[in-house]
Amino acid sequence: MKGFGSVYRKELYILFASPIFYSVAFIFLLISGYFYFSAIGYYNLYSFQASQNPMMAKQLNLVDMVMRPFFMDISIVLLLLSPLLTMRLYAEERKSGTIEFLFTFPISDRAAVLAKFSAVSTAYLVILAGTLPGVGLLGILGNPDWKPILCGYLGILLLGGAFLSFGTFTSSLTQNQIVAAVLSFGALLMFWIIGWLKNLVGPAMGEFVEYISITKHLDTFTKGVLDSRDLLYYVLFIAFFLFLTFRQMGSCRWRG
Amino acid sequence: MIEAEGLTKFYGSLQAIRDVTFEVQKGEVVGFLGPNGAGKSTTIRILTCYMPPTAGAARVDGMDCFERSLDVRGKVGYLPEHVPLYNELTVRRFLRFAASAKGVEARRIEGELTRVTGVCGLEKVANRIIGHLSKGYKQRVGLAQALLNNPSVLVLDEPTIGLDPTQIIEIRRLIQELREEHTVLLSSHILPEVAQICQRVMIINKGRIIATDTPANLTRQLQKSAQIVLQVRERASELIPFLESMDGVQGVTRQQDGQDRLVVETDRSRDLRPEIARLAVEKDMDLLELKLVDLSLEDIFLQLVTEEPSQEETAS
Repeated sequence: MKGFGSVYRKELYILFASPIFYSVAFIFLLISGYFYFSAIGYYNLYSFQASQNPMMAKQLNLVDMVMRPFFMDISIVLLLLSPLLTMRLYAEERKSGTIEFLFTFPISDRAAVLAKFSAVSTAYLVILAGTLPGVGLLGILGNPDWKPILCGYLGILLLGGAFLSFGTFTSSLTQNQIVAAVLSFGALLMFWIIGWLKNLVGPAMGEFVEYISITKHLDTFTKGVLDSRDLLYYVLFIAFFLFLTFRQMGSCRWRG
Repeated sequence: MIEAEGLTKFYGSLQAIRDVTFEVQKGEVVGFLGPNGAGKSTTIRILTCYMPPTAGAARVDGMDCFERSLDVRGKVGYLPEHVPLYNELTVRRFLRFAASAKGVEARRIEGELTRVTGVCGLEKVANRIIGHLSKGYKQRVGLAQALLNNPSVLVLDEPTIGLDPTQIIEIRRLIQELREEHTVLLSSHILPEVAQICQRVMIINKGRIIATDTPANLTRQLQKSAQIVLQVRERASELIPFLESMDGVQGVTRQQDGQDRLVVETDRSRDLRPEIARLAVEKDMDLLELKLVDLSLEDIFLQLVTEEPSQEETAS
């Protein structure tokens, strides 16, 4: 892990010095804020109606009615924006030739991949932290059950990690940032919608495509269920694409 | 200090270098000379562990560049060709990154930065963003980066390319100062530069090393024929048939650039100057000038890169 710290700090500095981070953060918080606002709005509307109907009032639940749709919505925004955070990680270094430094300084390839991924994950954490004040308001205005909310945040963190890991990989494939972003966006969308095939491909295959589908696993997290299968899915997803990135860098080396 | 043994590199089916073998002793300054595309950068990139060779082995300080890559990289300071830099960073921040990546301990980093910015004359621009610097300063930032942590081997790929003449002189002076503490391997396609800075020159063409020697020896060794320049006051043309019939003369050409001069190509094994002088006196001519011309490295280089392939072709 030689050189992890120095690459991590450099990446973080470049990320925070670039306008990409700020525009991504701005758009992410704007849209997720809008989603959050509308979810709360609907909850309000619903609770007015519920005041006349005791049956409806039983179903009123902040987690189910506000946080779950909110998590699902920000996962969509994340799908759109995460490729923009990761696209320059390797593509830029290869294009500008600074990859020569990464390859000739005493930094192991593994450390470089992990440092880049960690830096971009840190940026993601910072952006995600921007949603906390809004969610914190729930605690002042109502009395939500925090555990499923925490669980949901863990899910959205892991989902984001999976997106970023995949984006890191596509960035290592090309010298062109746009191509990296498009590849990452397209493939992640495919991972998203592959679950739709479930009913078309027979029972055994159906189960498989459903397990592969990237958002299916978020669903259980937002319900407040911490299932080791889902946890394992994201951890393996992240590890697998970081490993592929590592191999891809090795391949770049050999090809010169 | 640096050993290359039968280095061969293929890019796909394209062979960039073949069977490159050489050695650089500790404390030597060696120049790598060749036209563009000769394989200089490929060889250098193998030595700096940027990429592994297809065949052969490279060693720095006895350590294999492939097997102990990280150790070798810690010993080598490398200035890549075209000096890629992180344009978003300030000079200081970039150097700080490079220093920590090279394993300079945190408490020594500031001192190390002060040292290299001083050596490379970067104090004034230390807090400026690299993207805004001129080409000359960027080159110096590249050099400063290579000097961090005082590596025992410096590998400089085309250190003066794209610089204006004053900057070139500065960089050359800098490299000459460095030779005291470092083993230096530098590549160039500018011949006078190599002749000035280096103790030894390796000439590479089409992926093969075709000559290795000191600039002076190279000149001597490669002079297949010596040229004698002869100037007389008048009637120079009358001398030509006599000169041509002389033993050991290969050819005579008349140069008329303002002065009337004869260039006599002779066998290198014999010095014909006394005989030519006698001849001029016999013919009752006023001898104004008579000198042996040393081939400049440029001529040798031109000879090498234009002649070697044709010899090879005739051989095959």
